[in-house]
Amino acid sequence: MHSHGRRGRPRPGTAERPTREITYAEAIREALCEEMRADPRVFLLGEDIGVYGGAFGVTKGMFQEFGEERVRDTPLSEHAITGAAAGAAMTGMRPVVEIMFSDFLTIALEQLANQAAKARYQFGGQVSVPMVLRTAGGSGTGAAEQHSQSLEAWVCHVPGLKVVIPSTPYDAKGLLKSSIEDPNPVVFIEQKLLYRQKGPVPDPAEEYTIPLGVADVKRIGRDLTIVTYGRMVPRCLEAAGKLSEDGIDAEVIDIRTLVPLDSSCIIESVKKSGRAMIVHEACQTAGFGAEIAAVIAASDAFFHLDAPIRRVAGLDVPIPYNPVLEASVVPTIEKIMAAAKDLLR
Amino acid sequence: MVSTRSRKASDTEASHGIPADTLRGIYLRMAQTRGFEEAAARLFTEGKVHGTAHFCIGEEATGIAVCAALKPEDRITATHRGHGQSIGKGMRLDLMMAEFLGKETGYCKGRGGCMHIADFAAGSLGANGIVGGGIPIAVGAALSQRLQGSPNITACFFGDGATSTGSFHESVNLASVWKLPVLFVCVNNLYAMSTPLRKQANIADLALRGQAYGIRSVSMDGNDAIGIYLAAREAREHVRVNGPMLLVLNTYRHMGHSKSDANVYRSKQEIEEWKKRCPLRRMRERLVSEGTFTEKELDAIDAQALADVEEAVRFAESSPSPRIDEAARDVYA
Repeated sequence: MHSHGRRGRPRPGTAERPTREITYAEAIREALCEEMRADPRVFLLGEDIGVYGGAFGVTKGMFQEFGEERVRDTPLSEHAITGAAAGAAMTGMRPVVEIMFSDFLTIALEQLANQAAKARYQFGGQVSVPMVLRTAGGSGTGAAEQHSQSLEAWVCHVPGLKVVIPSTPYDAKGLLKSSIEDPNPVVFIEQKLLYRQKGPVPDPAEEYTIPLGVADVKRIGRDLTIVTYGRMVPRCLEAAGKLSEDGIDAEVIDIRTLVPLDSSCIIESVKKSGRAMIVHEACQTAGFGAEIAAVIAASDAFFHLDAPIRRVAGLDVPIPYNPVLEASVVPTIEKIMAAAKDLLR
Repeated sequence: MVSTRSRKASDTEASHGIPADTLRGIYLRMAQTRGFEEAAARLFTEGKVHGTAHFCIGEEATGIAVCAALKPEDRITATHRGHGQSIGKGMRLDLMMAEFLGKETGYCKGRGGCMHIADFAAGSLGANGIVGGGIPIAVGAALSQRLQGSPNITACFFGDGATSTGSFHESVNLASVWKLPVLFVCVNNLYAMSTPLRKQANIADLALRGQAYGIRSVSMDGNDAIGIYLAAREAREHVRVNGPMLLVLNTYRHMGHSKSDANVYRSKQEIEEWKKRCPLRRMRERLVSEGTFTEKELDAIDAQALADVEEAVRFAESSPSPRIDEAARDVYA
């Protein structure tokens, strides 16, 4: 097995093997299955993950392969199942919890933030909590205010948690395997609108992981650095493609893990381009973009800036139901392009 | 108030086939707990403690006697009022006192204090600062035991206040559905901080809250150490074979909720009434009247407990504080 970092990693499909394309959901399932086959301590718990296959179909078929002891349907008790995962993790297991919608993190948060995240520190390093909390985040499905939020900033603010948001099937698989193997509680936020997106992923025989804390430069460019993550990555790449028609060459950095953050990748890129723009779906105020902006501003990249740092984020509103309104409150390609052009004026 | 379907004296007579060593251990650990907390209160008065503490004086029989019925490989989760539960599970007084004083030599290297004291080697998965917060953790530990094919159980301590949290209800339900080996132990001291039980629950007997989830639930005298030991021994077996059970131990805390409590919500008379039912005194009288130990032998145990506590205080006071440059250690593994 090999581990792919940022620089010089072989892109899938460049090996002798023919390129295989699978969806983001399938890539997550492959990671879960491979980890469960390799390690009897790994098990799943969550609502409707068994015979139903998960609300988004991620665990489809796993119940049949691994049985009800290792793919455990639970009552509707996000608090208790998150805490039970923490307790199991502290006592020798490696649970992976599925929280159906990331909005329900609000219910799980006591056990996640007060218990799982703090156990190692408050017990003086006696224990580690190797659990993963998988959840589906983001808007765009017409699920309205209580099923569409992007709450990553909430969990990034709790020391002891790691936070991962993958943007491609390849990254989703490699990062989830690393998350399961990590000795800390990891919040793994999947993107609802990416579940059906396909992308190249190596054949299962070609096992790989992606280390947490390593960003990926998804597009190399020299005029402008766009720092983003999750489902805004493909949107920023599309925007960058269109900007190139106008002669603007944007670099797109997918940070992939918010905690720990690959600051040096961001800083080096901004030092090269002199312009920084941050794009995320979550609402702007106290969003993770503020942290990225501060990382840039507090580094020596500050002296290379030719323009103020720009944020393109969701509006500070709940996600509305109406599809036109819903699409309008998160960054669109047009908003991203307009901000980029403005930054280069 | 609470109906205590307490066991009849005849159930627990003759100290009842319990080996004298076990009885001695229970009495010693109760005396150590009393001594530990009295010493801790003294250290407060002397201005040597930063922070707070929650004393279980009056409730010692609950944590000590339940833990005495557990196997060393069994696990517990403890409460913020958990000194007796920790000592009962075999934790060391010196390392506990050092933690209480925030020292590097403490169980948690001074990071957690006694509200978060834990000893994973001894099977204590930690006291908890969140009321009800440890209940799902205990369920998860029992899930591990199930998945690992272990014959052991997890005992989960919490107070009457916790039975009104969602955490309690979600967790007892989950353990019941999965038939996990959890012994839920409610230390009902009649007050959630200042709020009396009658303002917390519209039922007199908290055991009803377990019955609602389809598990065996028993309410009993929480100041009778020998009775609790026998009930917990039986409960352990029930839990191992059949899945979870709720044991409600009705007791009383002699001290305030924490150091800042002026006790304005209960009468002196009520407190004095309960002090007459002191679990240490009751056990002593019983052991003497049944001829298990003489007064003199029990005096010697008391003296040993106090000496153990004083040694722990000496160790803690002479221990170094954590280093400031290590404040960020152990956030991540």
